[in-house]
Amino acid sequence: MRKEIVINPITRIEGHAKVTIFLKDDQTVKEARFQVIDFRGFEKFCEGRPFYEMPSITSRSCGICPVSHLMASAKACDQIVGVTPPTTAVLLRRLMHMGQMIQSHALNLFYLSFPDLLLGMDSDPAERNIFGLIEKQPDLARQGIKLRKYGQEIIEKVAGKRIHSSEWIMPGGGKWPLTKQNADYLHSNLHEALDITVKTIAFFKNCLEGLEDEAENFGNFPTYYLGLVTAKGGLEHYGGKIRIVDAEGKIVADQLDPATYYDYIGEAVEPWSYMKFPYYKPLGYPDGTYRVGPLARLNIASHCGTPLADEELKEFKKLGKNGIVQSTFHYHYARLIEILFCLEGVKEILEDPEVLSERVSAKAFVNNDEGIGVAEAPRGTLIHHYAVDPQGMIVWANMIIATEHNNLAYNKAVTQVAKKYVNGKRLQEGMLNRVEAVIRAFDPCLSCATHAVGQMPLDVTLIDSNGKIVDRRVR
Amino acid sequence: MTATTVTLKIDGLEVTVPEGTTILKAAKDNGIIIPTLCNLEGLSPYGGCRLCLVEISGSPKLFPACITPVSSGMEVTTQSERLTEYRKMAVQMLLAERTHICSVCVANDHCELQSLANQLGVDHVLFERNWTRLEIDSSHDFLVIDRNRCILCTRCLRVCDEIEGVHTLDLKLRGKDAQVIMDLDEHWGNSCSCTSCRKCAKVCPVGAIYIEGEPVSHTKHKDIAEFITERRQRKWKQ
Repeated sequence: MRKEIVINPITRIEGHAKVTIFLKDDQTVKEARFQVIDFRGFEKFCEGRPFYEMPSITSRSCGICPVSHLMASAKACDQIVGVTPPTTAVLLRRLMHMGQMIQSHALNLFYLSFPDLLLGMDSDPAERNIFGLIEKQPDLARQGIKLRKYGQEIIEKVAGKRIHSSEWIMPGGGKWPLTKQNADYLHSNLHEALDITVKTIAFFKNCLEGLEDEAENFGNFPTYYLGLVTAKGGLEHYGGKIRIVDAEGKIVADQLDPATYYDYIGEAVEPWSYMKFPYYKPLGYPDGTYRVGPLARLNIASHCGTPLADEELKEFKKLGKNGIVQSTFHYHYARLIEILFCLEGVKEILEDPEVLSERVSAKAFVNNDEGIGVAEAPRGTLIHHYAVDPQGMIVWANMIIATEHNNLAYNKAVTQVAKKYVNGKRLQEGMLNRVEAVIRAFDPCLSCATHAVGQMPLDVTLIDSNGKIVDRRVR
Repeated sequence: MTATTVTLKIDGLEVTVPEGTTILKAAKDNGIIIPTLCNLEGLSPYGGCRLCLVEISGSPKLFPACITPVSSGMEVTTQSERLTEYRKMAVQMLLAERTHICSVCVANDHCELQSLANQLGVDHVLFERNWTRLEIDSSHDFLVIDRNRCILCTRCLRVCDEIEGVHTLDLKLRGKDAQVIMDLDEHWGNSCSCTSCRKCAKVCPVGAIYIEGEPVSHTKHKDIAEFITERRQRKWKQ
């Protein structure tokens, strides 16, 4: 007699999803599926809109990482108009994107994941949230909030608004330069943000000692890794080319042009989820599982290119073989290193005299009928691909969102965690929280909505093969 | 010879204004603000948006203040529960008529319809929305018209006709189906009368006509019609 356990909705992630765990006759786990239950249809309703509205429209798909959508979309639009943005515009876009990376990673770590890691997987769910963290570790929580605030302030100072700051970006650059006053403000607050990050990394590494079991069993499996790298193979979030590395650390493809992504990335569809399943074409579906995001980026990059982050990267790579860290649990550590990398990058950009130049846009109209923009969003490689008519109206759009790339890996990860921790005979809240926690480690971003802690109930239902509910818990 | 004046009451305040003045102007000159949308200083009044409706004692009807002249002994009420309800309804009908999505509109935060909705407390639309998919014309070198955002206030038509003097813009069809057209319904890029003066974009209260690649906050200049009219009359302001 097969039973199902449904975790719906999964809490403390961005968006709506559920996990269904299928049990064998002996009540042990057979398989688990990560299902996305939202349908949004951006690619369809963008048709007929002017191409230059795309950054503004597509960035609305997400309230956490709108800047990454702005970047990928603006880069696609740059191609449509066929111009190279001025140096300062690129610096400002990079700066804004670093702010995005800092605030998004800080959000995942401090608000969503630290409650599990620091308060315990089995702690009371009513307290296992940011408010519980504030009560137990007030200084850490305060520092996390400050760090996120700094990331958001970078976005605000460059583009005018913290969230959905789409007015600034345009095909060919940005609409206004950075003022000296804003640059000075960001520079004066940089030191504190760096200090918080360095301390948090030290603190986190201490915590790792108590979490070896999770590190071993949280989505610890071999996959390929994909992401952008610089021409020299360094960590890259805005420009660069695609590199793909296998589970052993061997570079299987390098400096691939993101504009030909469809030559090496395929997209499969399953009837039980609204999220597509991208796969690496040479390996086919579903064998072509690869991961993107902070873990993947650090796995594929040979170096970061900034002193403090490079030191940390060396330590990080020691966690795996051949520099490849395969446990999904270490996405957290990777996120911290990326925050460090971004803060060092912010310093470099702010100290570059070019950043205050007033030349921030190159103007042109439709010169190409197609554009592909790729950027590394906090959660991984983000691809926007548009086709336009001669007047610049969108006739076709395709977006591969960072979270989608990991879809195959999610299913492997939830199955692994469910097999290790869940037993249908004795259902305990902590078991199911571990299934959720592995998803949180990936930091999926399933829709644009950011929802407040405590407002979404966790609904776990045990269903037998006849569809009869045998057990249900709601928290 | 002094001009004939008229004395009336607006919201209980006794005011004296020249004969022929509109209620809207009489109120404004005496510090009483009546919400408007289609009206614009420097252009002829149109009376289309119905936001400036006021009550006049002795009549059950409501009157648009922008086109109703004052008369002696008139008692006007500009703020009441009934008027607020009607104004809210007018804004909701404008929002329901076409495709207004503030979050992705070029005029977000710089839109007169949006700020009126805010002022009046319109936080949702009770009418079923039409979600139009009308043609967006971006054939002009830099001017774009997105008819889905047009509220048919005709400011652009009037500024084009009365200030620029070329009458490139006009309306076709009627009622909710009406659309702003260029010349004899040409694509804007093919218009031989348009002087590309941008005044239509400057006075558009929403994001329907805009300059591509330019922040709407930089484009909007709704005083342009009044400014040019006064200059033509040799009235120099500092």
